[in-house]
Amino acid sequence: MKILVTVKQVPDTATQVKIAPDGKTIDPTGITWIVSPYDEFAVEEALRIKEKRGQGEVVAVSLGPDRVKEALRSCLAMGCDRAIHLNDPVWATADTLATAKALAAAIKQEGPQLVLCGRQAIDDDMGAVTAQLAELLGWPCAYWIMEEAIDADGKSVRAARQVEGGLEVFDLPLPAILAAQKGLNEPRYPTLKGIMGAKKKEIRDVKAADLGWASEPPQLSIVGLQALPPRPPGRIIAGDVPTAVKELVRALREDAKAI
Amino acid sequence: MPNAFWCIVEDDRNGSPKKVMAEVIGEASRLAPGRVEAVWLTDKASEAGLKQLGEWGAAKVLLLEHAALAPYRSEVWVAAAAELAAKEAPKAIFAPVTSRQREFAARLAARLGVGLAADSVGFALDGDTLVATRPVYAGKLLSRVTWAKAPWVATLRPNVFRPADTQPGKTAPVERPTVAAAGAQMQFVERREEVSTGLPELTEAETVISGGRGMKGPENYVILEELGRVIGAAVGASRAAVDAGWRPHRFQIGQTGRTISPKLYLGFGVSGAIQHLAGMRTSKVIVAVNKDPEAPIFKIADFGIVADLFEVVPELTKEFKKLLDK
Repeated sequence: MKILVTVKQVPDTATQVKIAPDGKTIDPTGITWIVSPYDEFAVEEALRIKEKRGQGEVVAVSLGPDRVKEALRSCLAMGCDRAIHLNDPVWATADTLATAKALAAAIKQEGPQLVLCGRQAIDDDMGAVTAQLAELLGWPCAYWIMEEAIDADGKSVRAARQVEGGLEVFDLPLPAILAAQKGLNEPRYPTLKGIMGAKKKEIRDVKAADLGWASEPPQLSIVGLQALPPRPPGRIIAGDVPTAVKELVRALREDAKAI
Repeated sequence: MPNAFWCIVEDDRNGSPKKVMAEVIGEASRLAPGRVEAVWLTDKASEAGLKQLGEWGAAKVLLLEHAALAPYRSEVWVAAAAELAAKEAPKAIFAPVTSRQREFAARLAARLGVGLAADSVGFALDGDTLVATRPVYAGKLLSRVTWAKAPWVATLRPNVFRPADTQPGKTAPVERPTVAAAGAQMQFVERREEVSTGLPELTEAETVISGGRGMKGPENYVILEELGRVIGAAVGASRAAVDAGWRPHRFQIGQTGRTISPKLYLGFGVSGAIQHLAGMRTSKVIVAVNKDPEAPIFKIADFGIVADLFEVVPELTKEFKKLLDK
């Protein structure tokens, strides 16, 4: 079974982000880049499926500039067999729909039975690409999955998705696409052997022309980035616990009108 | 009507719209007075539910009622909604952020070939241009985005927008357009209910209590639940507490958990790591209780008490009880 995993390289959560002079992007100086955490759940699940079935291939795909190779290399170190890098300046301003279109074109070329994605990338938190891929491919889709099991014949997948108040379980005929939620699994750390082995694995560069990509303007564009408006300074309530708590309750009721 | 602002109804699966719809309809009405239509995809709508949408100010309800629409599957919903959108040509399509609407809005936008602004916290309409504001990079920055063409598809973060006032007696005409319910590829197997805590759902709650590493163990969350029952709050946890196995993942507040925006957030033994702040920094009033005066959460807290949470929580429960029993 061939499984394709889409990953995105994002700034580490703890990294300071500064707005670039263009006002629309972030200044890349000093940023630590990581594989978006939800995508690691997707990679881990794909590897587990392959291991459980005793055969198969796991292909990691990512869209972005040269630095994205590093993220793909970590996926290879975790155990992915090879990687595809959609690397073309025309995608620099790609919105989720353009990203999904490029990924869908690559998926059509690869013909996997299953595509796994992370629930959302933690940079722009749009959480749209999985659903948009499903639409472009015409595949069934389950969001925020907490567990999955592929049937013995490799014809369908049973997936439990997280919804408000519980889990909903569905059978999806393959090919299908799933978005991984935290709780699906615990991603492995790459072993030293894995890291060494990753250096020899293939990362294929794909240009827009290779996908027959017709240039199109983004449907959603960024007008500008801005810093958060500062919160008004807070107040530390001093005194012994009973006194402080009384004052807190009074302030919440009378000053903040929050209770 | 053409140029309408659609509000996709999130319901309780029992025929009533959730109260977050008052916020979605309220914001749509502010942007497009008199042009707001509630679009409801369901297997069964109640009369009371339809009446409620009218009282919140919807000019019309477009009701798509079909057994195949529940439980929600994106392939079925999108086919039905896209067919209706082709006939009605709405200007905007708004939905609240819920697990299913996040998927639905994205897939619908792809079907319609338009942009999506997910998890928006503000809108500004200037002539024929709508600009949405949404938090990005763990909530450290705000991004303003705009669409190349209509319909403008967006999801709205709960508890952020001012809810529509209920106008008793105001009714909305209900239209029941016929659209094809496409055959679904995915088949429903079962629904597994969570063990109910009897407390409100995290993302919908107006008050949220959160326990972090300072809780010291899973057994201690009972004191937060007790407080929760007194003030009607949901109880969540930080990533540190979830990763330690003290609380199930569905209770996690933060970047890899739930994003909340309650009127009041109370954090106990929560240090305030960036990834937690990403999920709660749009809360209106933030209270922090932590033994460590250097805990980063105090930097964004409106009120802080530097003390042992195990002394503060029982005292707070007692004081709130006194106040609310009055």
